[in-house]
This record gives sequence, structure tokens and C-alpha cells, in this order.
Amino acid sequence: MIGIQPSWQEEVKQVAYGIRRRVLEHTVINKGGYLSQACSAAEILATMYIRIMNLGKTDEPLMPLPFTGVPGPNNPNAFTGAIFNGPKGPQYDRFILSPSQYALVLYALLIEVNRMAPEGLHQFNVDGYTVEMIGAMHSPGMEVMTGSLGQGLSQAAGIAMARKLRGDTGKVWVFMSDGEWQSGQNWEALQAISFYKLDNLGIYIDANGQQCDGAMCEVMNIEPFADRLTAFGAKVYRVDGHDLDMLVKPILEPVQQGKPLIVIADTIPWRGIEILKERYPKLHYVRFFTEQEREQYAAILKSL
Amino acid sequence: MEILSKVHARNLVEWAKNKPDVYVLSADLTNSTEIDLFRDTYPDRFLSMGVAEQNMISFAGGMTREGLYPFIHTFAVFIYRRAYDQIAISVAYPNLPVRMFGFLPGVTTPGGATHQSIEDISIMRSLPNMTILECGDATDVESVLDLAHSINGPVYVRMLRGEIPRLFAQQDKMQLNQARTISRGNDITVLSSGICTEEAMYAIQAMQRVGLSIQHMHITTLKPFSDDQVLEAIANSHYGVITMENHSIIGGLGTIIGEQMAESGIGKKLVRIGLKDTFIHGASRSYLMREYHLDAAALIEEVGKLIGHDLNIDEDELARAYVAPIHSNAKVEAL
Repeated sequence: MIGIQPSWQEEVKQVAYGIRRRVLEHTVINKGGYLSQACSAAEILATMYIRIMNLGKTDEPLMPLPFTGVPGPNNPNAFTGAIFNGPKGPQYDRFILSPSQYALVLYALLIEVNRMAPEGLHQFNVDGYTVEMIGAMHSPGMEVMTGSLGQGLSQAAGIAMARKLRGDTGKVWVFMSDGEWQSGQNWEALQAISFYKLDNLGIYIDANGQQCDGAMCEVMNIEPFADRLTAFGAKVYRVDGHDLDMLVKPILEPVQQGKPLIVIADTIPWRGIEILKERYPKLHYVRFFTEQEREQYAAILKSL
Repeated sequence: MEILSKVHARNLVEWAKNKPDVYVLSADLTNSTEIDLFRDTYPDRFLSMGVAEQNMISFAGGMTREGLYPFIHTFAVFIYRRAYDQIAISVAYPNLPVRMFGFLPGVTTPGGATHQSIEDISIMRSLPNMTILECGDATDVESVLDLAHSINGPVYVRMLRGEIPRLFAQQDKMQLNQARTISRGNDITVLSSGICTEEAMYAIQAMQRVGLSIQHMHITTLKPFSDDQVLEAIANSHYGVITMENHSIIGGLGTIIGEQMAESGIGKKLVRIGLKDTFIHGASRSYLMREYHLDAAALIEEVGKLIGHDLNIDEDELARAYVAPIHSNAKVEAL
């Protein structure tokens, strides 16, 4: 296929493997974690970072900074985690993680692409550090507050609007989950994105069909999802979220002037760690209730 | 008294002339919040966001991160009630310079409970990083832009529109954390905010005529609040202090003063004039002010209770407060 070299695919595969391995390891050690999100989103996030987004480089893997206080008029030391995505510049793309419940997966990814030091993950959910369980804007790789689902896309749209007005060539990429599209604010945001023709904004959706209470089709249906997004003015592609070529294909297509790009990436939440399927439909957070269960996962970690 | 019409409409256009980073965001209430002239003058800096306040607030947060200054304009209730989580997380937590102009405070609209902001100060005050300003006259409306724009962080403004009196000289501008003293005295301190200041002025003029010495101060900064002059005035008042606000007595000016007095150990009597933990309904401003005891007569009554005897001030002795007609050319809808 035009523009696709075998080398990037190998790299993505390796990074995706590394994400799953690292999150599984973390889950085994901590007796719990957001493991299914790693399984579903590994290829999407790895492809975004390696093949899709034009991010500035980081000179070396960075160590996360300790907590320096919340932002405020009297706190000049507050910072965002955007530095892990490289320097900002008019030509560079930006990355916004909308469901910050995926923070652990993002941290693992940042380590795999050499943007974050592996030791940084030891600060996960540790008091006084910023590698938070539900990522905040100071957490590695994050730039805005998105833990309250529905606000990420609107904030990204505001950034995209300002960048468009300024004439930046870089894009704003938003990683989203499917469950959060139950929230009305995302539809308000997409309505505005279409109205202002923010074609400098692109969205990849990890459509794993899962949410906190269980399977989305049981909790609150959003289908026909692609039709709804299309009706709201987006150029929508629905692809296999584990197929690297298909994940990249939408950005190789001619740009639809004035329309935001949305890629619904259908994924399997136990992909690569099949034992997770036994927990269906409760996959949002994996917690081990017995030592035996933990050993089962530890054995899988060894075999990976 | 000079009555001005559409003060904000003209003032905003003039003020924003050389500020290319200032954008105005509207949620389908462009004429109703007096930004139609801005839209027509600077169409490239006017963003129509539709009836979608949650997105508007978060979107504005995103814009500020790229160096722009969004000025949100809609009715107050649709800011703090409709989009509270968005204000807290997309704007207040990151301390972003989003300026929110909330119109129709309290009794200023016959639009009923859905349109009357009666607890906005209370709600917004508990948000870290939030600055709260309230306008009470034309000079406030003119000078609030500079003040709001000087704040490093989000600002919520309780805004007035339509026909507004000028109570303060044009050069006597709104300043952060600084009450304006309207009259001096040491029997009682009256602290008023917003449209209550005009009412208080009428009542106090009448009470001064019967020999009372009243310290009257107009409060425009509700948060932060650290005005020593105010506390000093209260401490020096023989009978105590009366707060007067077009807002619930829970969480607004009355609460603020109560907290300040307690923390400073000022042992004076505090009387709070305001909405007594009640919603109100759709009716004229003058009717609502009388019905809910927010007007000049209410202040005279409370002063009488505080000093222990009726003042016997005939209503005819009160200078008539200016009452804007519900159906005015200065407003599009009768809201």
C-alpha cells in the first residue's frame, strides 16, 4: 500500500506488545488495573504515536515531575504533562486523551516509545506524584482535564479553533472511548466542530463495547454509531482496531474539506490476553479476588 | 439620576477595539446579552455556539490554552447551573482566563425560576480560583471589563443590561476588593451589592433626613473578599450591619460578611436582606423587590428593628426608584 513501509508496522507491533506486557505486569503487581483498555487500545495508541501524529521529539525519556500543587494564580510551578508529547509548535500535532481512565495505558505507551522513563511508572498512584490513576492535566502525556467524561472533545475543539484562527498547520488528535459518547456534551462538541469546519481535528475511538457497568449494548446503546457521527457532519471510517494498515488508511485518503475525521476502531477488550474474556461482561477494571487468580495472570505474564 | 441604555453593547465594542485576542461567545442570546453590536462590528471575533452551554464552557477553556480570551455571554443560570462541572474542570481547576458574563441576576427578569439566578454567587464562590464581580450601575458595567481582564484566572461577572442608572461618576471605577463608600456614619453600616445599591440609596437618604448616621458601601468584588475598610466600618457601627443583595442570603454577600465578622471577632449584629432561601417567580422587578423584601422599604423596616423603634418614614418620602419598563426598546424580549 502506498506510503506504508513494513518498518513502522513492526515498530507498532512491538510497542503494542510492550503496552500489554507492561500493563499486565503492573496489574499483577498491584493486584488490579485497567487491563482490558490496554488490550483494546494498544494498536490504536501505538499507531497514533508512531505513524499518525506529527509530535515534537523528546530528547530523552523523561521522568515525571512530582506534584507541585494545583494550578492557581499564586502557583507558578503548576505544569501540564504535554511535555511528554514534545515541544509545541505551529507545525506539530497535539494529542488529547479524552477518557483519562486510560492513563495507565498511556503511561505504558510513553515508556514504549521512549518518551517516559520506565521508572516513572513506579510513581503510579503514589502519594505526592503526578502519575495518577485517573490522569490529570499534570500527568505524563496529558494536557487538559478529562476525567469527567465529555469534556475532552470540547476542550480539544477550542484548541483546534484557536489553532485554525492562528493558521497552525498542526492538527489536534483526540483519543476517545465509545462509552463516553453516551454523554451529550460530545454531541454538542461535534455539532460545533462541524459548524466551524474544524478539519484540523481528528478522533480515534477505541470501540471496545465496554463500560463500567458492563457491555454497552446492555447499559446504553449508541448504535448506529457511525451513522450518528456522520449525520453530525464528520467523515467517519469504521475499521478493525487491531489491523495496523486499516488504522492508518483513513489518513491516507484525501482530506474531506471542512469535516473532522473520525475513525471508529472496533476492538476486542481481551485481545492478546485471552483469559480476560472469562470476566466478560465486567471488564472495566480488573481486580484479583484470590491469590490463585493473580498467579494465573502472573503465569501469563511469564509466557508473553 | 442619569439612566443609560445598552451600556455594555457600546462599551464592549469600544473596549475590545485594540484587543484582537478577545473573542465573544454567545449561546443564542446575542441580542439579549447586548453583544449584537460586537457581532456586527467584529464578526471574525464573534463565535455563535448555539444552545449548548456545556460545550461552550469547555471550548472556551481550550481557546485560552492557545492564548485567546473568550468572553462568554449568556443568562447567568445557563452558565453556573447548566455547565457547573465544565466550569469546575475545564476552566476553574486549570485557572484559565475565561470571562463569564451572567445576565439576569435575581429579580431583574420576569422570566421566572428558570431564568432567575438566585444562588449563582453561592455556587461560584465555592469554586477554587474563581473571581466574582457584580455590577450595580452603568459605571460598574463600563469598568468591569478592564478589571475582569486584569485577573489571572477565571472571572464570573453578575452583569446588568438594558436601562441602567449611573450611581457613580464615570471616573469612579470598579476596583478589585475595594468597596465604594456612598455615605459615612456610625449608627449602622449598610453593605449593598448589585441593583440593591440604588434601593439602599433612596432609603438611606430618607433615614439621614430623620437623623440617622449610616455608613453605606457598595460591594462589587464578592470573591476574593479582603476589604479591611468594610470590616472597620462594621466594627465602628453602633447598632450593627445590614447586608442587602439580589440573591439568596445563603452563600452570598450576607454569608460572606458573616464569615468575615466571625473570623475577625467583630461582635456586632448582622441582618441579611436578600432572598430567604426561596425560589421566586415570573413577575416585574418592582413587584418582586417588594414581595421578597429587597427594596428601600425593606431596608427601612430592618433598620427600625435594629435600632428598636419604627422610623415612621412615609413611602412618599422615598425618592422614587427608577423602574425600567418590562417592555422596553432596550430589550428584545420581555425577559
